[in-house]
Amino acid sequence: MNGVAVEQEIEPQESLASFLRERLRLTGTKVSCDVQVCGACTVLVDGLPVSACTYLAYEARDRDVLTVEGLAPSDGELHPLQRAFLEDNAYQCGFCTSGMLLTAKSLLDTNPTATEEEIVEYMDGNLCRCTGYRPIVAAIKRVQGELA
Amino acid sequence: MASNTRKSPSAANGAASQEAVPDELGFRVVHHSVPRKDGPQKVTGRATYTADVHIPRMTYAKVLRSELAHARIVSIDTSAALQRPGVVAVVTGQDLMSLNMRNYGHAVKDHPVLAYDKVRYIGEPVAAVVAEDETTAQEALADIVVEYEELSAVITVEEALAEGAPLVHEQGYDQGVSPGHVDVDTSNKRSNVCQENHVRWGDVDAAFARAARVIKGDYTYPMTFAYPMEPYVSIADYTEEGLTMYSAAQHLYMVRNDVAGVFGLPLNRVRMITPFIGGGYGAKSYTKIEPLTAVCSWKARRPVRLQLTVEESILTTRADDSKVHIETAVDENGKLLARRAMIYLNTGAFAENSPLVSSKTAIRIIGPYLYDAVDITSYAIYTNTCPASSYRGFGISQIGLPAEGQMNELAAMLGEDSLQFRLKNLADSGQRFFPKKRPLTADVKGDIIKATEALGWNDPLPPNRGRGLGVLVTDAGAVPVGRSEVRVYGDGSVTVFSGSTEMGQGSMTVLAQIAAEEFGTSMGNVRVMQSDTALVPFARSTGADRTTTLEGRTVLQACVEAKEQIRVMAADIWEAAPEDIVLEPTGVMSEGRRMGWGEVIGKYFDLSDMEVTGRAHIRQKDEFAELPPWWEPAIAAVEVEVNPDTGKVTVHKLVTVADIGLAINPATSEGQDLGSATMGIGVALGEELVYDGQQLSNGSILDYRIPRFSDVPANSHGILVENQDGIGPYGAKGIGDGPTSVICAAVANGIYQATGVWLHDAPFTPERVWRAIREQRAAQAQG
Ligand code: FES
Ligand code: FES
Repeated sequence: MNGVAVEQEIEPQESLASFLRERLRLTGTKVSCDVQVCGACTVLVDGLPVSACTYLAYEARDRDVLTVEGLAPSDGELHPLQRAFLEDNAYQCGFCTSGMLLTAKSLLDTNPTATEEEIVEYMDGNLCRCTGYRPIVAAIKRVQGELA
Repeated sequence: MASNTRKSPSAANGAASQEAVPDELGFRVVHHSVPRKDGPQKVTGRATYTADVHIPRMTYAKVLRSELAHARIVSIDTSAALQRPGVVAVVTGQDLMSLNMRNYGHAVKDHPVLAYDKVRYIGEPVAAVVAEDETTAQEALADIVVEYEELSAVITVEEALAEGAPLVHEQGYDQGVSPGHVDVDTSNKRSNVCQENHVRWGDVDAAFARAARVIKGDYTYPMTFAYPMEPYVSIADYTEEGLTMYSAAQHLYMVRNDVAGVFGLPLNRVRMITPFIGGGYGAKSYTKIEPLTAVCSWKARRPVRLQLTVEESILTTRADDSKVHIETAVDENGKLLARRAMIYLNTGAFAENSPLVSSKTAIRIIGPYLYDAVDITSYAIYTNTCPASSYRGFGISQIGLPAEGQMNELAAMLGEDSLQFRLKNLADSGQRFFPKKRPLTADVKGDIIKATEALGWNDPLPPNRGRGLGVLVTDAGAVPVGRSEVRVYGDGSVTVFSGSTEMGQGSMTVLAQIAAEEFGTSMGNVRVMQSDTALVPFARSTGADRTTTLEGRTVLQACVEAKEQIRVMAADIWEAAPEDIVLEPTGVMSEGRRMGWGEVIGKYFDLSDMEVTGRAHIRQKDEFAELPPWWEPAIAAVEVEVNPDTGKVTVHKLVTVADIGLAINPATSEGQDLGSATMGIGVALGEELVYDGQQLSNGSILDYRIPRFSDVPANSHGILVENQDGIGPYGAKGIGDGPTSVICAAVANGIYQATGVWLHDAPFTPERVWRAIREQRAAQAQG
């Protein structure tokens, strides 16, 4: 869990989202649709995005799980994506933000030079009702610019 | 989105402080895109939303919902559910009998906390189970046996208004807790009309009689869902001392009033707290699941959390769908003469805020145009469908297509460019286009010129493309009542206390900017405490784009008032006359001596952490006497492409204009506008809740498609117009309802330019567009 080993007994049907939120009280992971459609609950398991609302906690045994709480490299420091989201106002209510950040991280990890079309295609499964998306695209491009 | 006034983010980036250089208007903090106050919490997952709140001994509720659209409840057997291990309580309509009131509603008290005599729509709460965990509560719902006697139902407005139609409500109700809020006839009408409104002036019949041309049309606006990403959720803790609630509620004071009424509690014993809200857009205005959650806690004697799913949220509140017949008349010079319209809203089973929505449709369908005469009637109609309430810009979305779609058609009929036609007929800023209301407070002519220029209105059109424009105005701001407090501490730090809520619109940041500006201090030195009825001053609501303008004014006034107190203290310290104390940006000065604000407080009380509180309020008096406090334009222009073979419509370019007076925070203002336009694109291209018989057939996010990344044009351009002509702080005017409402009309004009067909029924799904193109071709082949 965000780089720290966690040992917990779980119910067989328990979702990763409720494991994170109810057992570990890591409430940064948000649940909206609860049926793997909106991306709000996205976390990274071994670097790949999964919908924590439908992913069984059981499946995460012996794997690396990264949530929004683990994104910043250290206290008082932010991940470049977090900084870019602030710069570009890529959030309003913030309910989609954790999922957006983690999906964007996995995009940049796998395809750091993604074109605008590729960004839009990769992010298309994450819904946001507030921003109109363009500021999120801008934030991702900003990080690409910094990496380049 | 770019703008004509944008500050470079780095220049504004947190640098606003005593040292910051004033901009061309003299502002150091306001009028700058300073970073949002809520940002760091939101990008790190630390921001607390209602579902993140955990209370010791908390239990979980789940709701049993009606499977029938209209039925009398004969009996409810909860015994098996109560036997289930882990179940703490089961609540039914019977439990309401010992309460002060079984019904609530800020407009009409027609909404039962739980159905008690009959159910009125599929999905209405009939019982709730409270259990130690959510799964147990959910499973126990299956143990409850409800016996119904089915009644015939009305699903559409036509059915509801038919002769001898079954009545959704057989009796009249008391007016809600906001008397005067909306004009509702609560008498026993023995019909399904929830409310009827009229807006009339001039002699419409005479105007139509002398018209050179008349255009008539019928339009529909679909049933929609605002879809905040955060579903409805609330937590209640009912104890001897009173009721404490956390809820994702935009208007926590109104909820307090409704909930207090249910229990007969004094206002001071109901404490409503609203943590960050995961999106509202009107769907979280007014009371939703709070009374039920509170009654669950009252019965269970434990704290209770009720968290709905998205599907249940859709069943809780949708937006009104509408059918509109509209006619507009012009003279031989193409000058508008008159407009008349009949508007029917399908309001669902309970009034909720639909009476206000209905009254607003009647006002807003007129637009900022100059007419000799208008005659508009709107009806909110009860049906056995899920209740409808506010939706971004209440009422304006439902009439956007008829109002502005017909304007486009009229221009085309007259062979005029729709921009020029509008320029000829729009009111000027300061012109009283609507009798007995405040004159127009925006330069809509200038605004649409800017919008069309940015779009490239006169550029040659590629094949299958078209452009369109829409402009409406809302009478914004609701009722101008509110108060704020600003506390200045001995160390010079400042806290703003406001009853408004932060739902993503940036209220926390904007209010802090005002205080930082007034005290010549940095954003980091100002804190904003919001949304707790036990601690912060009253705010009537957070909606109608009122926070920046009206709450902002009271915050500004409270700052001034605090400074006046400090002036008197400084006079005492320096043994000078108060009028000889000069208020400077960062403190007081007299005869070359200076003290900072905090320093004065510390010296006066001889206690360095003492404080001073400034207070201010506004009410509907003086400059706020005339309604609306301001007119908020909704302006958008689009370029669309239509695939003639599939009917698929793509928005390629989008321009929005926010006539904002002064942007306290340009970046968040632009964000509001793009977000608002995106909601409009959703309805124009596909959002629609569909009833299949008595049942909602697509009431889930799997089937109800909201815009995605790929639906928003990369070519999006936001323009902020800042004429400092608003009633808010520094000449600001609220935005935020934004251009949602005019997108359908603008897109419809684009489709017409691309294909030659006019569409009157939103959304413009590929199937609808394709069918319309085919019908037109068939007609042409015949003709
Ligand atoms: S909450 Fe998991 S995808 Fe929507
Ligand atoms: S910021 Fe509100 S849903 Fe994305």
